[in-house]
Amino acid sequence: MPVQTEPPKIEVGSRRGSAPASGTSSSTKVAVRDLNFFYGRVQALHNISIEIPERIVMAFIGPSGCGKSTFLRTLNRMNDVIPGTRVAGQVLIDDQDIYAPGADVVELRRRVGMVFQKSNPFPKSIFDNVAYGLRINRVTSSGSELAGRVEEALKDAALWNEVKDRLKTSALSLSGGQQQRLCIARALAIRPEVLLMDEPASALDPIATSKIEELIFDLKKQYTIVIVTHNMQQAARVSDTTAFFLLGKLIEVNATEKMFTAPNEKLTEDYITGRFG
Amino acid sequence: MDLHRHLDDELSSLRDRVLLLGGEAEQALERAMYALSKRDSEVARQVLDHDDEVDHLEVEIDRQCIDIIALRQPAARDLRFVISVAKMAPVLERIADHACNIARAAIDLNNEPELQSVPDLSRMAKHALNMLRGALDAFTSGDAVMAREIIKSDSEINDLYNHTFHRLIELMVTEPATATRDARLLFVAKHLERIGDYVTDICELTVYMAEAAFIKHNK
Repeated sequence: MPVQTEPPKIEVGSRRGSAPASGTSSSTKVAVRDLNFFYGRVQALHNISIEIPERIVMAFIGPSGCGKSTFLRTLNRMNDVIPGTRVAGQVLIDDQDIYAPGADVVELRRRVGMVFQKSNPFPKSIFDNVAYGLRINRVTSSGSELAGRVEEALKDAALWNEVKDRLKTSALSLSGGQQQRLCIARALAIRPEVLLMDEPASALDPIATSKIEELIFDLKKQYTIVIVTHNMQQAARVSDTTAFFLLGKLIEVNATEKMFTAPNEKLTEDYITGRFG
Repeated sequence: MDLHRHLDDELSSLRDRVLLLGGEAEQALERAMYALSKRDSEVARQVLDHDDEVDHLEVEIDRQCIDIIALRQPAARDLRFVISVAKMAPVLERIADHACNIARAAIDLNNEPELQSVPDLSRMAKHALNMLRGALDAFTSGDAVMAREIIKSDSEINDLYNHTFHRLIELMVTEPATATRDARLLFVAKHLERIGDYVTDICELTVYMAEAAFIKHNK
């Protein structure tokens, strides 16, 4: 198995006319150095080092239990809430270590939003779902500003046209795909810089999945997006770079085009071609 | 695992089909040159009659590649293999088309008095056939080194073509009565030269398949 010594540097190529510009290398948004993660005595992640450039979509792929979701959750300290877990190493966002003593976890989660596999709208109105984060963080000072931010988030999540006439109805009345986009709107409302998505379309039908994928494509103009997916075609469709995990180790990270046509590592090739094991 | 074996079976079947097409192209060229050198129009007609089957095989390969891409979504080396085959099949079909053109020239020339032989023409044909056989072997074994060697050897066909060209022009000037027939041989030489170029294309695809390297147009 390859041993990493340095974080892989990603050259971001051009994909469908999106930022960053073709052939350029954007600045690093997230830098992870020698990250190890433990569930009790079980080590789930081994010496992960990786750099995630700003305003790209990076996909994490790998078989079940390879550590990709665990790693995703280390990027906004979501694992902190699991008893008995321990992390060693550094996760730097804009050069600031999010695990440094005294780091503000609430501020971190404002900057690093998350969307989960299963949509989880609150049993409240559509409006109140999106406004929730803004209210508890006291982000807005007036009702009109709040309404403006809710509208903006719903537009960014490509949901506004479908719900603008029924903002006061329950979020639970929306379809599965709409609920997931509502959750994305809720995450976007507080204007995060990084958006983590843990299999955001795995429970959706192809049309709803397509909408989420189009949304991801649009969102990367403003946000750095990291997506965990079991669907390799989805990784190929939406991401600029792809990272392959196996048994808690980062095996390869590469431009998505390269990863799916000519990966560097044999383990990656075997996994991508379905001949793993 | 069964699904993966299924894909392996489909890729294997695709490989068999493209090799079959390669064999057809090789046989067509060999028989067309035989028809020309032995003045056997019957063999030339057999080459022409067989061309529909070659075309049909190319279409089958096209369909199979599309099916695999649509239904299996191959990646990495599997994807490179399918793409290489999809691009190789029309090249092989075109080689067979050039063989048909040589067969047509043979039929026309066989109706005329025999010309004095042009030795470089048969050397060109032999070299083109060897290149084609080698290219199919390199593809079968995924041997990029061999493919590169074959690409280099295309210059030999080009040199032979230049010699043949000048020799035939010379003959046209010195013996104007046979100029029309010499012109036909000139076209045969051009077909063989083009076949050398097509074999080069096949070898470039083999290098892509084996190494994911694009060497086309890299001089």
